[in-house]
Amino acid sequence: MSGAEGGGEAGDAATGRPVADASADEQLELLTDRLVDYRATVGRCDRAGLPDALAAVLAESTRVVVPADLPAGWLTSHPGEVIRDQAEQPLALPDLDAAGVRVVTGAAVAIAETGTIILDAGDHQGRRALTLVPDHHVCVVFADQVVGSVPAALRRLPDPRRPLTLISGPSATSDIELQRVEGVHGPRRLAVLLVVEPPEGGGVVR
Amino acid sequence: MSGHGDGHIVAHRPFPAAATVELGKPQLRENLRNATHTIRDKRLRLVAERDDWEELRASGARIKDGVLARLPELLDQFTEAATAAGAVVHRAADAEQACAIVTDLVRATGETEVLKVKSMATQEIALNEALTAAGIEPVETDLAELIVQLAGDTPSHILVPAIHYNRAQIRDIFARQMPGVDLSTLTDDPPALAEAARRHLRQKFLTARVAVSGANFAVAETGSLVVVESEGNGRMCLTLPETLISVVGIEKLVPNFQDLAVFLELLPRSSTGERMNPYTTVWSGVTPGDGPQQVHIVLLDNGRSAVRDDPVGRQALRCIRCSACLNVCPVYERVGGHAYGSVYPGPIGAILSPQLTGQAAGANRTLPYASTLCGACFDACPVRINIPELLIHLRQTGPKPAGERAAMRAAAQVMRSPRRYRSALRSLRWAAAPLRWTNRRGRLRRLPWPLSGWTASRDAPLPPGASFRQWWADR
Ligand code: SF4
Repeated sequence: MSGAEGGGEAGDAATGRPVADASADEQLELLTDRLVDYRATVGRCDRAGLPDALAAVLAESTRVVVPADLPAGWLTSHPGEVIRDQAEQPLALPDLDAAGVRVVTGAAVAIAETGTIILDAGDHQGRRALTLVPDHHVCVVFADQVVGSVPAALRRLPDPRRPLTLISGPSATSDIELQRVEGVHGPRRLAVLLVVEPPEGGGVVR
Repeated sequence: MSGHGDGHIVAHRPFPAAATVELGKPQLRENLRNATHTIRDKRLRLVAERDDWEELRASGARIKDGVLARLPELLDQFTEAATAAGAVVHRAADAEQACAIVTDLVRATGETEVLKVKSMATQEIALNEALTAAGIEPVETDLAELIVQLAGDTPSHILVPAIHYNRAQIRDIFARQMPGVDLSTLTDDPPALAEAARRHLRQKFLTARVAVSGANFAVAETGSLVVVESEGNGRMCLTLPETLISVVGIEKLVPNFQDLAVFLELLPRSSTGERMNPYTTVWSGVTPGDGPQQVHIVLLDNGRSAVRDDPVGRQALRCIRCSACLNVCPVYERVGGHAYGSVYPGPIGAILSPQLTGQAAGANRTLPYASTLCGACFDACPVRINIPELLIHLRQTGPKPAGERAAMRAAAQVMRSPRRYRSALRSLRWAAAPLRWTNRRGRLRRLPWPLSGWTASRDAPLPPGASFRQWWADR
């Protein structure tokens, strides 16, 4: 049906056809290209470097909001305040809407071919309002969550009945003379941090 | 016998009359040309990325045909799954019933304002008008729909409804009609205009208690609904209010969750020429602690079952409202969306509206003639709807517009007798002889009545200098 079942050549960034045997690295490259194309910012780190990388992305943040189950270890390098959304006491919308609020979440699956991140309210993702109301969404994606194609991504979701949000770049409109304007109602900025285990020998990939 | 549909899909003026008015607007033509050409070029580029595009189209068509073949069964399956997930499912036979159901649901919440996500189905049933009449204010949240609503106008394109306005006009509309707009920062720069819309709607999103949406797809297997958008106004409306009411045409079904993959690849590429639209929301009933806790789904027929009964016409129900056919249509490009007198303009409107309402409704009989039958729409359609075939089918089965009827009757009279035919050809050649000297294009702009109905919107070729029989005899 689509990319995942294709055979033969390796992923081709020019034609946008990653295939099943495209190496994980090629898929990460493609995902990065696509996200940058949508004006998202993309960074890379390894697992051990995640706290420092997140702290760098969050440098000027006044308030950082996270889902209840976001691993505490992710934000150990961030010196500022971190507010956890709690099921019993969810954060009020005006708190999420306040100026300068950033939200950090994980993701369920990412699609290289289309530059899409899927949130399914599963681990480290929280409820939908969390990634919608703040102006800046920082999303952590692990390399093993990246798949080539849309069909492969849908197959990966553990339960399609969960509320799903597919995100391809920040909010945008082209309604006025077809000129693209970013940041209408959703988050104006999307930052993606790709966590890639270093190959033998270690080191930060990029 | 399944009933016909009503609502904003009945044209009140014959297409040629409406088109003549629209043709007199040079600014409109300029805007349309730019927009349609830009979008179709992007679409071509993105479609070319997929070497399996034809297979994807075939899959899309096949899945939708399967849905249409098993529609009653899949509707039951969807209803069961959505209900199990916590939604309340309603069925509406026509526009009036659907509006009544939604109005009652809103009334039950005690609210007098509802937020709306752009939706063709709610436009089709004239929901905004019904809500307003019931004292409920519908607020469109899609930027283009908001522009059109503030202007007191109607959309002119499925995808970019305000394409007939340019930035200066939009600034004027906002300055005049947007409550509390900050005139000191309101320039006609698109980012400034988008920012004004963001400010205007932000407080509404954060405080709204009821939203109304449509859905791009409905999954029978899981009872899920899908909304595809880019601004985030959709996510706001689908996530923050307590009550969510979705009006969904029964043809929006796909059997399985995995089938969505095909349509999520076909739709954005065909529609906006993107690999994927910025946001897609999929929800199944109610999720405790996340999103609306009262979820209603109104399954809308409004003539769809009647279309399904026609073995040729049925394929129109595959449509996923991508608007690709509008952007390649030489007729749409010149006359714009308002000429079609329906929320469904362009080639798809020309076949869908008269089928949904029956061709006797209003001026809908004129719509199948709003085409040159060039076939560009069929090539562009991601679900392979053979629009030209359907146009001809409708022309054959429907009542003929008066002009064409008179012209065809006259032609039939003449053609029934070889003698009359020969003498008609002779006098035509005789009449045309001086024209051939003066008319280098070899086209006639106006034929005499009753043939004038034909040339009102097209040129006729000049008759050749000699008939085939004469030419043959001379050899
Ligand atoms: S008829 Fe085909 S091309 Fe036209 S809007 Fe529908 S799906 Fe798109």
